[in-house]
Amino acid sequence: MSLDLPKEIEPAIELVGIDKKFGAVHANKNINLTVAKGSIHGIIGENGAGKSTLMSILYGFYHADHGEIRISGKPISIRDSQAAIAAGIGMVHQHFMLVENFTVLENVMLGAEGGQLLRKGVASARKELKHLEDDYGLEVDPDAVVEELPVGSQQRVEILKALYRGAEILILDEPTGVLTPAEADHLFKVLRVLRDQGKTIILITHKLREIMAITDTVSVMRRGEMVATRKTSETTVEELAELMVGRRVLLHVEKGDANPGRVLLSVRNLSVKDARGVTMVDNVSFDVRAGEIVGIAGVAGNGQSELLEAIAGIRKPASGEIFIDGNPVAGIDPAGLRDLGLAHIPEDRHHMGLVLKFEEYENSILGYHRDQRYGRGAMLDLDAMRKDAEEKIAKYDIRPPNPRLKTANFSGGNQQKIVVAREIERDPNVLIIGQPTRGVDIGAIEFIHKRIIDMRDAGKAVLLVSVELDEIRSLSDRILVMFAGKVVGEKTGDAGEQTLGLMMAGIAA
Amino acid sequence: MSTASVQLPAWINYGVIPLLNLVLAFFFSGLVVWAIGESPIEALRLLLIGALGRGEGIGFTLFYATSFIFTGLSVAVAIHAGLFNIGSEGQAYLGGLGAALVALSLDRYVPWYVTMPFAVVGAALFGAACAAIPAWLQAKRGSHIVITTIMFNFITSSLMNYLLVRVLIVPGKMAPETRTFLEGGQLPKLDWLISMFGGKLGAAPLNFSFLIALVMCFLVWVLIWRTKLGYEMRTLGISPTAASYAGIPYAKIVMIAMLISGGLAGMMALNPVMGASARLQIEFVGGAGFVGIAVSLMGRNHPVGIILAALLFGILYQGGAELSFDMPSITRDMIVVIQGLVILFAGALEYMLRPAIVRLYQQISGK
Amino acid sequence: MDYFDIFIGILGSAIRLSIPLLFTALAGLFSERAGIFDIGLEGKMLVSAFASACAAYWTGNAWLGLMAGIVVAIAFSFLHGFASITNRGNQIVSGVALNFVAAGLTIVLGQAWFGQGGRTAQVPGSGRFTPIILPGADAMREVPILGPLYANVISGNNILTYIAFLMVPISWWVLYRTRFGLRLRAVGENPGAVDTAGISVSWLRYRALIVTGFLAGFAGTYLAIAQSAAFINNMSAGKGYIALAALIFAKWKPVPVMLACLLFGFLDAFANFMQGKSIPLIGEVPVQIFQALPYILTCVLLAGFIGIARPPKAGGVPYTKER
Repeated sequence: MSLDLPKEIEPAIELVGIDKKFGAVHANKNINLTVAKGSIHGIIGENGAGKSTLMSILYGFYHADHGEIRISGKPISIRDSQAAIAAGIGMVHQHFMLVENFTVLENVMLGAEGGQLLRKGVASARKELKHLEDDYGLEVDPDAVVEELPVGSQQRVEILKALYRGAEILILDEPTGVLTPAEADHLFKVLRVLRDQGKTIILITHKLREIMAITDTVSVMRRGEMVATRKTSETTVEELAELMVGRRVLLHVEKGDANPGRVLLSVRNLSVKDARGVTMVDNVSFDVRAGEIVGIAGVAGNGQSELLEAIAGIRKPASGEIFIDGNPVAGIDPAGLRDLGLAHIPEDRHHMGLVLKFEEYENSILGYHRDQRYGRGAMLDLDAMRKDAEEKIAKYDIRPPNPRLKTANFSGGNQQKIVVAREIERDPNVLIIGQPTRGVDIGAIEFIHKRIIDMRDAGKAVLLVSVELDEIRSLSDRILVMFAGKVVGEKTGDAGEQTLGLMMAGIAA
Repeated sequence: MSTASVQLPAWINYGVIPLLNLVLAFFFSGLVVWAIGESPIEALRLLLIGALGRGEGIGFTLFYATSFIFTGLSVAVAIHAGLFNIGSEGQAYLGGLGAALVALSLDRYVPWYVTMPFAVVGAALFGAACAAIPAWLQAKRGSHIVITTIMFNFITSSLMNYLLVRVLIVPGKMAPETRTFLEGGQLPKLDWLISMFGGKLGAAPLNFSFLIALVMCFLVWVLIWRTKLGYEMRTLGISPTAASYAGIPYAKIVMIAMLISGGLAGMMALNPVMGASARLQIEFVGGAGFVGIAVSLMGRNHPVGIILAALLFGILYQGGAELSFDMPSITRDMIVVIQGLVILFAGALEYMLRPAIVRLYQQISGK
Repeated sequence: MDYFDIFIGILGSAIRLSIPLLFTALAGLFSERAGIFDIGLEGKMLVSAFASACAAYWTGNAWLGLMAGIVVAIAFSFLHGFASITNRGNQIVSGVALNFVAAGLTIVLGQAWFGQGGRTAQVPGSGRFTPIILPGADAMREVPILGPLYANVISGNNILTYIAFLMVPISWWVLYRTRFGLRLRAVGENPGAVDTAGISVSWLRYRALIVTGFLAGFAGTYLAIAQSAAFINNMSAGKGYIALAALIFAKWKPVPVMLACLLFGFLDAFANFMQGKSIPLIGEVPVQIFQALPYILTCVLLAGFIGIARPPKAGGVPYTKER
């Protein structure tokens, strides 16, 4: 589906019938897209919609199984990144492709050195950087070492790299995910200048606010398909949201009224820093009571993950306190917290919740393996472990029902059930959950949601972090919204999607 | 679709692939033999006869295998916790000091079976001590354990050199070695084991430590697959992030795994020091620590595999020695070449054949 | 003998002992800066020593010996690359394996070809790199301080010694002033940045390994036909590992590599000198302390007690494009 462009505007890029499969996953289905020269074109879609795959094909990282790419009307074949660069395509990756201990100048020159020796290239690169800085307002000290620069400046280096190579088309993959709002505003300013000077920009994002704020045209992807293209001025947030999500079968969760009791989990003035020393959680306080589900809504990367890991004892808080049933627990390790009645369903089951190379029954005790019921003293009782695993398999309908199967061979939904079964069957007082249904099929989603509600009804305190707003809204009794590391507001479980969306975007409190 | 994610049945993973890698290693070794003008087939025949033909040959083969079982277990235990211990050589060397000190102090007073348990503990403690500093550096300071264990091989070698040349040497003697242990400090030979099969041990130094090695295989198997500590080690070895989620303490497990690994390497010293030469000699380890790397890789870090691989290398060492008598143009060092090729094919090139095997398997099984 | 003469003697010997370390450490510098750990330096040194001794013996030409040493060391580098770049195998395991192959193969072939228990035959004078007396060395000898320094330390070395010191600024220049060097340093830190810049990661790393082989070839040649006159069993005797220690000690930088090698060479020379001598008040210091010192110093450095040794970030990790 291509947009009818006015005759005088020529297309910078045309993608015709692009198709790509990874094994059984159909990442891109017959994609057609036309991007006008000198415009900012947004591509929006949920995680896994196929946006990044499409752009990787355009940049020569993957090869399309079928389809054609045309640049300025001419069909070309993009075999590798070098060919993409030669065709005037530049890409700013979500995870920067920078050499951290190099200077800005060295990073910009890499791959475009202008000869076997660096000396001549350095001089001309320096001059060119000055030009780019003057033309587009991209000021960065060329002699600064990249790892010492703030993230926003590092991103500018990525943009400079592309421009230095003569990019006429610039692809930005989720560029604001790591930026502060001020840095994002600066980026948008730069992008407008670039467009006004005739560059073509493709912006990949899942943030509606950005699309509305900066793009001229927007295309929506859903499950590998390009479902619509609109002029930004002629569409609305609501329409785009509906296109992104599709006419999804709204999951209905049977849920009675909450009956909150005493406070079981309490967080006071908690701040958490990441490895680089950047504050990810900023002075956050809240309570979760027995018999209620508190949901934390927010766009990915706003500190929810770090908050969860700090409560679980995996990350040391920089300051603040955490109480479980009134006892201060900050600084206690995950094993100690489990003993105090905390259970944790982690966001990333592949790297945290499960050891994929283990057999199923081995994973069904992870974290609780010191428990005497799985073997007396220092020994493991394999029979007890397997019996325990079989019980959970039956109760949670984990398929195939084989505790000796390698965990990697279970489907996503069944893997998640292994984690959920392990954590919930311990009958914890406090349950903290991250992304409970990411990459999980519909049937398993319903099942897992039901179990979470059961926990609440059994008088447990549940803290739920999810980037799926629907999930937060259908499960939570109270909703906290996180933005840029802070809790920016609290709503009841029946808060409207739009209200929450605006808060998640940092616009309204 | 990439072949990396395809699962192969265990008999291919643990049977066919190691066997093919071994065949490749022997094929290239055969090329070397052929290149120097000898018949590879004849060389292989002589090698096998030398290693397995007579009771004495078998005794030597098992004697070598004993050392390799210990060092192979040492490497394997560390690998299960995600650590690559290249220091088994040095740990075994220092373990010899522990064993010798026990033997030298007790051999006058008590019979061997009283000395033995103390010697086992002494050897293990000294071996563990040699692994302790690299382990601490990895656990607390993040220094790469591969590099520090290499460094400690040399540091240990200098230390032992000093002790043997200056301190432990018998006054008036030239050879840098301790006095010969009395019978109370020697492990008995296993004549009965060989005569059970109708052979004669002869001069072969196969001794009681072979049985200790087999017991250690069993204990390592229990440790890795039947204890909570082993569970924690394996979790850390496969997925450090899952280990931190599960509350498994990184520094503690690294320390424990390396101390066990060093202890097993140290016990290797029982075999040559108390079993064979009845004295502590300079450089008695003779590369057995490095063979342990090959044994562990070849045996897929499993005690049963390690026993089989240690036997293989025992055959190579004994057969290679015999071969060099029968074919003077082939020196004993041919086994070092084979050893290198086994590590290369079974270790560094372990993925080389996999895509082809996966494709073949998929064709045959029709998937 | 006065102290100055002793000092000059030790210094001269320190330089001779540090040359193989210097070539080898610079060799390691190129592969490790490109993200390929190489504990197979020892083996490369050994095979090139063997090859150069054989070639020099057969041809009677030292330069052909050097060529052979370089070619064989590069071949070993390619094997390392085949395992660790093309097949994405474990770089440490591959290095260990090649060290064994080298240790065994040199003796097996040496015995087969020369029948002297693994030694090669004595290389005639024309097949060796012999000391060069620099102009005016004899005349200078009488000048106090500078004279002996010039005549006994600076002059009287073989050509490879001078080449070794020349290799230091050249390595620096290649790494920091050429396109190849820029890309090589980049691929050791973040191969993704190199790949997205349209440069082949594999080929770049292979080229780094060629340079490694080239320099290791010099090291082996120096051992066999400059320092000695034949190949002897296991003549590298752990120098490849000391060079590795020097490389770490120098934090993967060319000029510090030279200083570290000189330091380790000096420790070795000093240990030789101290053999059997006693220091007033302390008594006899065991030579083994000096032998162990390079390794102890490197461990202390690795522990972060003398600055931080940060290895190239992508070192040891095979590059895979798929995400």
